[in-house]
Amino acid sequence: MSEQAPDGEYDEWLDAIADGEAYYVECANGHGWLPPRRVCPTCGSRDLSDQRLPEAGEIATHTTITVPTPQFEDDAPYVTAVAEFGPVSVTGIVRGVDPDAVEIGTMVGIDVGDRVTTGDRLVVFRPR
Amino acid sequence: MSDPRVAGAGVTKFGKHPERTGRDLFAEAGLEALDDAGVDPDDVDSLYYGNFMGELAEHQGHQGPLMAEAIGLDAPATRFEAACASAGVAVRGAVQALRNGEADVIVVGGAERMTNIGTAGATDALAIAADDLYEVRAGMTFPGAYALMTRAYFDQYGGSHEDLAHVAVKNHEHAMVNDHAQIQKEITVEDALEAPTIASPLGLYDSCPITDGAAAAVLTTESYAEDHGLDAPVAISGTGQGGDNLALQDRSHLAQTPAADKAAEEAYADADVGPEDIDVAEVHDCFTIAEVFAIESLGLYERGEGISAATDGETDRHGDQPVNLSGGLKAKGHPVGATGVAQLATITWLLDGSHPRADAVPDGTVGVAHNAGGTVASTTVHVLEVAE
Repeated sequence: MSEQAPDGEYDEWLDAIADGEAYYVECANGHGWLPPRRVCPTCGSRDLSDQRLPEAGEIATHTTITVPTPQFEDDAPYVTAVAEFGPVSVTGIVRGVDPDAVEIGTMVGIDVGDRVTTGDRLVVFRPR
Repeated sequence: MSDPRVAGAGVTKFGKHPERTGRDLFAEAGLEALDDAGVDPDDVDSLYYGNFMGELAEHQGHQGPLMAEAIGLDAPATRFEAACASAGVAVRGAVQALRNGEADVIVVGGAERMTNIGTAGATDALAIAADDLYEVRAGMTFPGAYALMTRAYFDQYGGSHEDLAHVAVKNHEHAMVNDHAQIQKEITVEDALEAPTIASPLGLYDSCPITDGAAAAVLTTESYAEDHGLDAPVAISGTGQGGDNLALQDRSHLAQTPAADKAAEEAYADADVGPEDIDVAEVHDCFTIAEVFAIESLGLYERGEGISAATDGETDRHGDQPVNLSGGLKAKGHPVGATGVAQLATITWLLDGSHPRADAVPDGTVGVAHNAGGTVASTTVHVLEVAE
């Protein structure tokens, strides 16, 4: 794993996912975002609160990457996807399923896994 | 307020020049532009310079003054960075400075050295134009990001990989007579479909190459051009820039590029033209799907209809709406920090009749250049018109 300082609220967010307490940030007008945020980019509200992330998300789009960056050399091929969890979307790697079986609309849960190449933590989706 | 003129332009051969420094590449393009313009270097007020990955590729930041020095300018120099739209934002800054009277002559340009760090290094460097926390750490590459957009487009509007193959075939054919182009090799639809996959559904021929190169242009005010007897018939009549959330996951659209819509609307309003007036377009086809997004955002095609434009032959050099007569990024190459100015040079040459593909638009008077950064979180659009 890389030796570097944690990335503040982002790493706290990963900790929460790993603990089964995934959340997102919601503004006073109901717009959802992922941390760290101090202001809602949609409406400018600075009144933000943590909300429980839905248990299941729906894959909005996906790709199987065969030519990775060096930091993912031993992970390839892998499926990167954007999944919609209620008011927010999250990008992660889909595991636990044949890449060819991943489709738009596939329902997934969110978890934290390790990158094969470097051991760094990453967001993982698993079919549910 | 008059429209700035393009007094001269210079572009290096795009391609693999791993042994050539960025400063040498830019010196070639910049000196060619100055010579073409016939402008005294002492009259240049500023250098506006685009570059994206200089720190990673050459361990070189602060490139503005370095590049001014490289072309013999004793003038303030500023580097602009907006990923692959770096040169586009440099052009926009120069146009604004010339219009508001801050300057009479500005050299605008850009350069990128990429092949010296290899495919893996360049893939890594390009990826940092995405959101590090939420995209790069989820294994995102740039082909990967555009693949996500491709699949979303197909799901929403239809279309196929074969349609994208026609974009690649067209742009390779266009590049055959462009000696600046990195790839001068015709391909077939079958070649494109059978090429290795990079990020499904995109394959090798859906992607632009990794490129070294530089481009520069000398922009002046109309009055400076007249006073100095410059041959500068092409004006930049419209400029626009749009932005969007950096990460795809935060966008309102995965199958559209709203930042380009905004840039096009602003540029068209500025120039007082509409999509129906555009004779020729150079658009940011870093991936085949990107050309589809671009021509839809520019209003040349309705949403969902751009995917079939190349298949139907409408955007090739014989069609009614030629796009990327240079070969585009796909075949001409994409030294990312230089691309926006290379597009500006291409449109200028197409409109003044000096480009080898100018015969495709013999009566063309209005052209548009679309330069996109990242997954289109930054976009500039410039309208060029024959003024004389």
